[in-house]
Amino acid sequence: MTEVKNNMGRRSFLKAALLAGGGMIVHFSWPVGSKAAGKDALEIPEEWFEMNSYIKIGKNGVVTLFNPNPEFGQNVKTSLPMILAEELDIDWEQVIVEQADFYPERYARQFTGGSRSVMEAWSPLRTAGATARQMLVLAAATEWKVPASEITTQQGTLLHAVSGKQAGYGEFASAAAMRPVPESVKLKNVSDFRIVGSSKSNVEVKNILMGKPLFGLDYKTDGMLIAMVVHPPAFGLRFRSMDDSVAKTMPGIKSIFTIDSLTEDIDQNIFDATSFTKFAVVVGNTTWEVLQAKKALKVEWEAEPERIFTMGGRKATFPSGLESTEVHRAKMQELTKMPGNVSRRDGDPEKAFQSAARILERTYTAPFLAHNAMEPVNCFAHVTADRAELYGPTQAPEFILGTLSQRLGLPKEKILIRLARMGGGFGRRAYGHHLIEAAVISKHAQAPIKLVYTREDEMTAGIYRPTYSATYRAAFDENNQLLAFHVKAGGIPESPLHANRFPAGAIDNYLAEGWQIPSNITVGAFRAPRSNFMAAAEQSFLDELAAEMGKDPIDFRLELLERARTNPIGERNDYDAARYAGVLELVREKSKWKETTEGVHRGVSAYFCHNSYVAEVVDLVMKNGIPKVEKIVAAIDCGIVINKDAAINMAGGAIVDGIGNALYGELPFKDGVPQKNNFTTYQLIRMNEAPKEIDVHFVKNEKDPTGMGEPPFPPTFAAVANALYKATGRRFYNQPFINELKSS
Amino acid sequence: MATTNLKINGKEYSVDVDPSTPLLWVLRDHLNLVGTKYGCGVAACGACVVHLEGEAVRSCVTKINRAAGKEVVTIEGLSEHGDHPLQKAWEQVDVPQCGYCQSGQIMSAAVLLREIPNPTDEDIDLAMTGNICRCGTYLRIREAIHLAAEIQTKLK
Repeated sequence: MTEVKNNMGRRSFLKAALLAGGGMIVHFSWPVGSKAAGKDALEIPEEWFEMNSYIKIGKNGVVTLFNPNPEFGQNVKTSLPMILAEELDIDWEQVIVEQADFYPERYARQFTGGSRSVMEAWSPLRTAGATARQMLVLAAATEWKVPASEITTQQGTLLHAVSGKQAGYGEFASAAAMRPVPESVKLKNVSDFRIVGSSKSNVEVKNILMGKPLFGLDYKTDGMLIAMVVHPPAFGLRFRSMDDSVAKTMPGIKSIFTIDSLTEDIDQNIFDATSFTKFAVVVGNTTWEVLQAKKALKVEWEAEPERIFTMGGRKATFPSGLESTEVHRAKMQELTKMPGNVSRRDGDPEKAFQSAARILERTYTAPFLAHNAMEPVNCFAHVTADRAELYGPTQAPEFILGTLSQRLGLPKEKILIRLARMGGGFGRRAYGHHLIEAAVISKHAQAPIKLVYTREDEMTAGIYRPTYSATYRAAFDENNQLLAFHVKAGGIPESPLHANRFPAGAIDNYLAEGWQIPSNITVGAFRAPRSNFMAAAEQSFLDELAAEMGKDPIDFRLELLERARTNPIGERNDYDAARYAGVLELVREKSKWKETTEGVHRGVSAYFCHNSYVAEVVDLVMKNGIPKVEKIVAAIDCGIVINKDAAINMAGGAIVDGIGNALYGELPFKDGVPQKNNFTTYQLIRMNEAPKEIDVHFVKNEKDPTGMGEPPFPPTFAAVANALYKATGRRFYNQPFINELKSS
Repeated sequence: MATTNLKINGKEYSVDVDPSTPLLWVLRDHLNLVGTKYGCGVAACGACVVHLEGEAVRSCVTKINRAAGKEVVTIEGLSEHGDHPLQKAWEQVDVPQCGYCQSGQIMSAAVLLREIPNPTDEDIDLAMTGNICRCGTYLRIREAIHLAAEIQTKLK
């Protein structure tokens, strides 16, 4: 057992008690828990006792666990309560799970992003569970007049072996909730875990399969109107005027007006990112009626001059102009030839390149991507003179709250953001512009409204994965040994460079440079931001290097990692070379790497990002000249796995996502206009392109858990590219690879 | 506006809407049957699949007058207690991630299983390619369809 200081704080307990009286936060919904899954529903207790922000226990022993974080398919609504249940020591079958609202005073971090939900909740949730358990033990000890140290627990039961006394948690819930919070509590040994590390069914699965209203877009309340916005058709344009003479007379239409979502006085944060701040708005009774009026609205646009705004207290700008992919490509090519901003230099790379017997140089590119979460952007808002309530999909309520408060002129505590289950996110919903828009529309319309984006609205409104380019150079001596390594990476509008990642630390002479080109096309985090491109470029280049040096691609990577482990260059290497090598060794074993099958082409790739290590081997076949990934073997080191089957599901999803985006994903621009606006032209991977088998293996260790949502995604791109090389004899440098294949 | 009589999941409804309104929005906005999802509005993603006289149709492009007087089944009507072989299999395999596309996936699969009680992987690929899952749960969907076929066979 580990003794930990209880730093979750008295604050959360006091607040909990306060709130139980105030009654603001507890939206009890039934049945949302594991019990909905086919068994008889649990009996709802008449009274709940709040042990802390995360746990309440009924007199009958039924336990409600709150999932603090936004759920968008990464399964936190199941995995975070599993951590609580483990330390509380209860029967998972006696658990109801509820989604918490956004409540920063009660919960430490209600943010879904960076693959950090489990990692950052691990310690607080274990402590919360163990604390509640300890309070139950102390309550029983007082009542039974026995030493607390003699009381044990077993799946929701308190036991005193000496006297034979036993009681369910429910019997002591009231007394325990009244007790002072213990200063420190003991956590379980990892080897004693029963729930963490097992596989628990998604607590929402039955509701999903029965079509229950779970998502923001499903939300409805009395008097609610539907709102849609019309945004500029091109980046670089802004609203000038509109003619609503026809639209406003159409059936079901209540009002048509314009809004400024982010006014000039607002100090923005990065999650406010949006290119468009002035919209035409149509409000009406039903979605279809509003959509028809929206089409009938005639809006005039004009060129937008350079836009200056404040972000984090500093001036920021969007340049003017209408941008095109063709011009982007030419500009990026130009910058790859110019000196960049040096982020890291080891040894004397310039000299090493001068003295090289041979230099290999390759440039890799990737296009803008749209997130394309299946549930389009939407949000319910009801704003009145003194308060605001919002309900909808958001990954980052804590960031949007401050902006909402500024924009609405309401104190933060008068704004309630409720967290809907999200129909996907992939980073897109970290950006909260739709919450601001919905709130401003509701305020203007003086009604509860649900803002609905069409698919076309969403795909053309921005927040894309940036377009990137990376040039790699390797210098060889006369004996074909690696002398120096140089990466220069940039993009529009940001550089994807991670200067201290592998192979930094493994090569004596190393140089990393970055560059960027400003743009008015709004970008944002996209599943494993920057890593999703850098992994593709770097791991393709390493594959080519291995081939040039006549080495097996896994052996070559392991040699470099061995150097980084035993005799690292520099001190800022941000990866653990032993764990990195561990996943490569595991994937080599599990994929039977050395075995070959006629007609099956294998590619390998490995990457470290978001605190986890993943290696993948792809088996690809060519059918009538079309590549098809048949099988992937993945090895993952993310420390302790919370919910094994769910982790396997998510890793598989990330890999399918990687195959799809590597082969098909792209959003080109012409004169500021996104050239794709729906799934008719934007190709996403579909069933017939999905592999037959994904075989996921986890490195077994007792390290604290790290990210799982993002790390399996980046390695897939290069594994596909390297398999394509085996299949075609050609290297693939420019995503999406299907275009490059067609152009041959 | 015109009155349209609908039969959905065995229940009679009468709605007063423009006859060109897609069935999807009548289900979602007027009848509060929100299990049928909006994903693209152009019959390209399959999130809105329902059964019209037993056939899988994209309700986002099916005008309400086409459904008048005909049998419509949505995810809410596939079974009363969520125990259709496909729903059982989906639960057992624990298919969903975000879950948004899954009712459309199940409704497409239901027609497949009726037409081909024991589909091969190729049958599944052909029948299910119109349904996008952005989370990438395709492998589990395939697995669940095979399992549902087994469950269905045992029930007969």
